[in-house]
Amino acid sequence: MKIGDMIASRVAFGKALVEAAEEFKNLLVFDADVNASTQTHFFKEAYPDRFYQCGIAEANMVGMAAGISTNGWTPFVSTFAVFLAKRAADQIRVSVAYPALNVKLNGAYGGLPTGKAGATHSSVEDIAVMRAMPNMKVLIPADPVETRSAVMLALKTPGPVYIRTVRCPVPVIFPESYKMELGKGLEIHTGNDIAVVSTGMMTPKALTAAENLERRGIRVRVIHMGTIKPLDKDIIIRAARDCGHIITVENHSIIGGLGGAVAEVLSEHQPCFLTRLGFPDIFMESGENEEIFSSLGINTENIEEAVKRILGRK
Amino acid sequence: MINTIHKLEKTAIQVRRSILQTTHTAGCGHTGGSLSEADILTALYFHIMRIDPRIPHKQGRDRFILSKGHATPGYYSVLALRGFFPEEELNTFDRYGSRLQGHPDMHKTPGVDISTGSLGQGISLGIGMALSAARNKEEYRVFVLLGDGEMQEGQVWEAALYAGSHRIQQLIAITDYNKVQLADTVKGTSDLEPIGDKWRAFGWSVLECDGHNMAELVPTLEKACEIAKSGPVMVLAHTVKGKGVSFMEGKYIWHGKSPNDTEYKAAMTELNIIEEACNENR
Repeated sequence: MKIGDMIASRVAFGKALVEAAEEFKNLLVFDADVNASTQTHFFKEAYPDRFYQCGIAEANMVGMAAGISTNGWTPFVSTFAVFLAKRAADQIRVSVAYPALNVKLNGAYGGLPTGKAGATHSSVEDIAVMRAMPNMKVLIPADPVETRSAVMLALKTPGPVYIRTVRCPVPVIFPESYKMELGKGLEIHTGNDIAVVSTGMMTPKALTAAENLERRGIRVRVIHMGTIKPLDKDIIIRAARDCGHIITVENHSIIGGLGGAVAEVLSEHQPCFLTRLGFPDIFMESGENEEIFSSLGINTENIEEAVKRILGRK
Repeated sequence: MINTIHKLEKTAIQVRRSILQTTHTAGCGHTGGSLSEADILTALYFHIMRIDPRIPHKQGRDRFILSKGHATPGYYSVLALRGFFPEEELNTFDRYGSRLQGHPDMHKTPGVDISTGSLGQGISLGIGMALSAARNKEEYRVFVLLGDGEMQEGQVWEAALYAGSHRIQQLIAITDYNKVQLADTVKGTSDLEPIGDKWRAFGWSVLECDGHNMAELVPTLEKACEIAKSGPVMVLAHTVKGKGVSFMEGKYIWHGKSPNDTEYKAAMTELNIIEEACNENR
């Protein structure tokens, strides 16, 4: 994977599972009839005896995974985020998070991009739900390289981990050698004029926006928050002190996701101005991803406009 | 065998005393469903299951899942009497800081194989444990105790479908079929009948017995273990909510209620009479 290559994180996820299977002999994969979409079919083909097709029954799938994990196995449960995080929310809560079992969760098709499937399939609130669960860790990789690293990190981290992947291709921004660290935000563009804190597939957009603004003399600090929980509070507090205004950008509702998490940190530790870019408490609809991102005001050009608007006021 | 049955009957009376004492002391707890499951749990933990209370996590031990997770006074009483932890500890039930939580916690209570509490999840967990036994080439059995009311949860049927269609082995589900749930009878809520036909239609073997008659219960569970070698088994154990205490029997108000001083004394007197009858019948 070279910088700039366009690869969907779901594909990177599917291939990473196959790569991980040799090192992690106890890795099993559980699917709810969507492996062709979430790309766990790579694993199914390579390791058919370590793959469980659970059918369209997410609650039972999570329970089975919890049960098998009590005896030394590490199941990676994978289906669409919208169903995993909510339809099976109680099973994740009681059978996985509460007993802190070694179950890994892949919320595929995170956020808007679902292949135009619209409101029922676009997960606007999964980060909020998963983040609120005790014992749960939440990873939202930015690009295919980080997605691969997130899979390895999840498998090395004891207990429940939720990874959110996306359907659409995203540009590679990290070098092949990059390794994700749990609970560490990453400053990927320096600047003190304003700070943009982004996560998941919004990070490449935020980075491009910062590079475009740099050419116009505006220095934006971009922080990629690959781990939403545990959250890197220090990097947020430092950004607030140095820049005085933070913009959060996410492929998720502004309620309870990255924007909510950053707001919690700022209000308790370092109050500063905050602008949350994300879904404004609405359901998504069918359409082209980029068209909808733009209309919601969370595309590259919107981030640039928001920065200029805020700095103009400053 | 007669001697075994008699011993189990006497143990079950002890379990019932312990249940009443536990909920009476705590001033809370699910008394009705604990009394209805008392004989089933006694048969499992004192006769059927391969376990070692000195080594609760022993490799290859049989697993038990209390899918009706609220019935902890019965579960904890059996675990204590079986030697997993001191009986006196039952007096801490539901107290802040106690190892004996309202619903089972696998990390707190010795002998608890898995945490439960939200109804309908036990069989799914059991399938996972049974699959793990097959992968590890271990021969342990997985017992799941369900309440009848919780069969109204959709997940039970997701699990029933999966286990039946995949012929999951070493999985034995038991229904504490006391016909009464929290707020009403099961029939008056969402009737389960014909319940045996439903499980058979999902690909399970179904056995039925009187869940309070040890002479029926024990051989039925033994037979279930044999059948489970080739596929999932559901044992429908016909029980009575509040069994053993006349004024609690069949009454939904005793689902989540503990006896006050007067009720406790009256209930213990009834159990003494049952024990005398049990001794005479020997």
